[in-house]
Amino acid sequence: MAETENNKILEVKNLRTYFYTDDGVVKAVDGVSFDLKKGETLGIVGETGCGKSVTALSILRLIPEPMGKIVEGEIIFDGKDLLKLGQKELQNFRGNRISMIFQDPMTSLNPVYTVGNQVMESLVVHRKLSKEEARRGSLKLLEMVGIPEPKRRFASYPHEFSGGMRQRVMIAMAIANSPSVLIADEPTTALDVTIQAQILELMDELKSKTNSSIIIITHDLGVVAKYANRVMVMYAGKPIEFSNVDNIFYKPMHPYTIGLMKSITRLDEKNRKKLKPIEGLPPSLIDLPKGCIFRIRCKYAINQCKKEYPPLVEIEKDHRVSCYRAKEFMDGILERFGN
Amino acid sequence: MLYFIIRRILQIIPVIIGVTLILFTLMYIIPEDPAKLILEKGATPEALQNLRGKMGIDKPVYVQYWRYIKKLAKGDLGTSYRYRRSVNSILADHYPNSIKLALAAIIIEIIIGIFAGIVSAVKKYSFWDMLVTVSTTIAVCVPVYWLGMMLQVSFGLKLGWLPMSGMGDGSIRYYILPAITLASVSTAFVARMTRSTMLEVLSNDYITTAYAKGLSTNMVIGKHALKNALIPVVTLIGMDLGALMGGAILTETVFNWPGVGRTIYLAILQRDAPVVIGGTIILVMIFVVMNLIVDIIYALLDPRIRYEKKEIQI
Repeated sequence: MAETENNKILEVKNLRTYFYTDDGVVKAVDGVSFDLKKGETLGIVGETGCGKSVTALSILRLIPEPMGKIVEGEIIFDGKDLLKLGQKELQNFRGNRISMIFQDPMTSLNPVYTVGNQVMESLVVHRKLSKEEARRGSLKLLEMVGIPEPKRRFASYPHEFSGGMRQRVMIAMAIANSPSVLIADEPTTALDVTIQAQILELMDELKSKTNSSIIIITHDLGVVAKYANRVMVMYAGKPIEFSNVDNIFYKPMHPYTIGLMKSITRLDEKNRKKLKPIEGLPPSLIDLPKGCIFRIRCKYAINQCKKEYPPLVEIEKDHRVSCYRAKEFMDGILERFGN
Repeated sequence: MLYFIIRRILQIIPVIIGVTLILFTLMYIIPEDPAKLILEKGATPEALQNLRGKMGIDKPVYVQYWRYIKKLAKGDLGTSYRYRRSVNSILADHYPNSIKLALAAIIIEIIIGIFAGIVSAVKKYSFWDMLVTVSTTIAVCVPVYWLGMMLQVSFGLKLGWLPMSGMGDGSIRYYILPAITLASVSTAFVARMTRSTMLEVLSNDYITTAYAKGLSTNMVIGKHALKNALIPVVTLIGMDLGALMGGAILTETVFNWPGVGRTIYLAILQRDAPVVIGGTIILVMIFVVMNLIVDIIYALLDPRIRYEKKEIQI
C-alpha cells in the first residue's frame, strides 16, 4: 500500500473551478479527482467545453482571475498542496517541476523575442546560470527537440518558424528543467496530421528519457489509444469514467464513453458499421440539470438518474464510473455496442 | 534598413515642395503689401516701388516661388519683413527653446502616461484604475490655456513655488509648469492607449506561457507584455513629439515662452510671410524625421516589421 502511495506523483482531489460571468456561474470543473503515477501518461478526453483545459490550467493555477476561481479542492504534488502555496513558491513549481505545453503554438510564443531568448529564460528563471551556460543549455534543448541548425535558429523569431517547429520550441521550454509532470493541453490540435504524429512521438521519447509523467489533454481518441496508459473521460466539468486505456476502449461502462467509442472509425473491425454520433448537445454549464447531467442525451436513463448525480464509484479494480447502470454493462445485462 | 532610411529621407523633398506651394499661394492671396508693412506710413509710391523691386515681390508669383526654392536648396530661408533679419537666425534663436520644452513634455508623457496605463491595466477595476480613468478624462476635457493659467495662479501666484512665465535662466524650475500644461492631453492619451493595449496583450496566450514558465508577475508584465503593448504607444508618442515641437502655440503664449510656436503665431499676425513659411518648413521636416524615427523604433520593437524581405520558414 505504501508503495502505491509513493508511486503517485500528483493527486487532484475534488477540484472545483468556477467562472463568474454576467450570465451566471460557469462550473467549468466541478469535482474532479484523479491521480498521476510516476512515468505514466494520463489522457484526459472530452468534447470542447467539458473542462479538460481548465483542469490543466488549475493544476498550475493559471486560471485568469478574478473571473475564474478555484473554489475547492486539493492538488497534492510532492506532499504539498499547490493551492495553498504563496506566489513565490508557486513560481518555483511552474516550469520547473510541472510544466505545460499549450494548444496553439502560433500564439503561445512571444512574437517580439527570439526563440533562443525564450528558451533560455526557462532555464535562467529556475537555475543560477551564466549567460554562456544558459545559451549552451538552450542550444542543446533545441537540438533535443529536433530543430535543425539550432545555432542559426537560436536568433530567429517565432514568426520565422512553422507551427510544428514552434511546438517543438514550446516542448524545449517545457522540458528545460526536466519536470516531473508535463501537462500537454491539446498539443497537436493546431497542427497538420503528419506533424501531429512527429510531436507526439517526440513527447513520448522525451518522457522515457527524462522519466517524467505526462497528462495529455485531447479530444482525439486515437492519440489517447496510442499514448495514454490511463484515461479520464470528462463530461460537463465532471469525470465520468476513469480507467486504463483498454477498459475505456473495449469495456466502457458509461453511456457517454460508449457513445464516444461508437462515433470513431475503427480499422480493426471486420464488419464496419455506420458511425453513430451521440444525439443532442452538451448542456450549458451555467444551469446544470439536477441529477445526472448526461441523462438528457442518454437512452439508458432511468428514474434515479433524475434525482441525484451518480457518484464516481469503483465498479471493478481501477475502473471508476459515474453511472447507476454501469454494473449492468459490466455484467452484460446491457449491450454496449449493439443498437 | 539603410535603403529604407534613405528612401524615407528622399521623400521629404516632395513634401517640402507641396508645403511651400500651399504656403506661398496662401501668403500671396492675402491682400497685404509687404513693402507697406516695412516702410512707415506716408512713404512715397516711388519708395514703395523701389523696395518692391529690391525684395523681388514685383515679379509674378511663379518667379518669386522659383527664387525661393533656389535659396531654400542652399539652406537660406529668406529675410523677415518685420525684423529685417534672416529667418534662419530668428528660427535658430527660438527653435531650441521649443524643442527643449517639447522634450520636457515628452518625458512627462512617457513616464507618467505609460506608468499610469500599466497600473490601471494590471489592477483593472481597482481604485488606481478608477483614478487613472477619471483623471485622464479630466485632462482631455480641460482646455490647455485654462489649465496653464490655473497652474500659474496656484503654483506661481498663490504658493510661489515656481516661476509663472518665461524661461528665465533656463533652469528646470521654469520648465515644470509649461511642460505639465503641454503634456497634459497627450499624457492622458498615452495612459489610455497603454491601458487598452496592455489589457489586450495580457489576454494573449504567450502571457500564460510566461506564467507557466514560472516567471514572476513583474517579469511577465515588464518583459513579455510591455514590449508588445508599447508598439502602438510609440507611434502615438512619436507623432506627438512632432506635433508638440511646433504646436505649442497656446502653451507658449500663456507662459510667454520664447519658442517657435509663439514666433510663428506672431509672424502670422504681422503677415511676416518668410518667417511663417520658413518656420513651417522646419516644422514639417521635424515631423517627417520624427515619423522616420518612430518607424525605426517600431522595427526594433517588433521583429515582424523589418522593412526587408527576409522570411525564412522551416
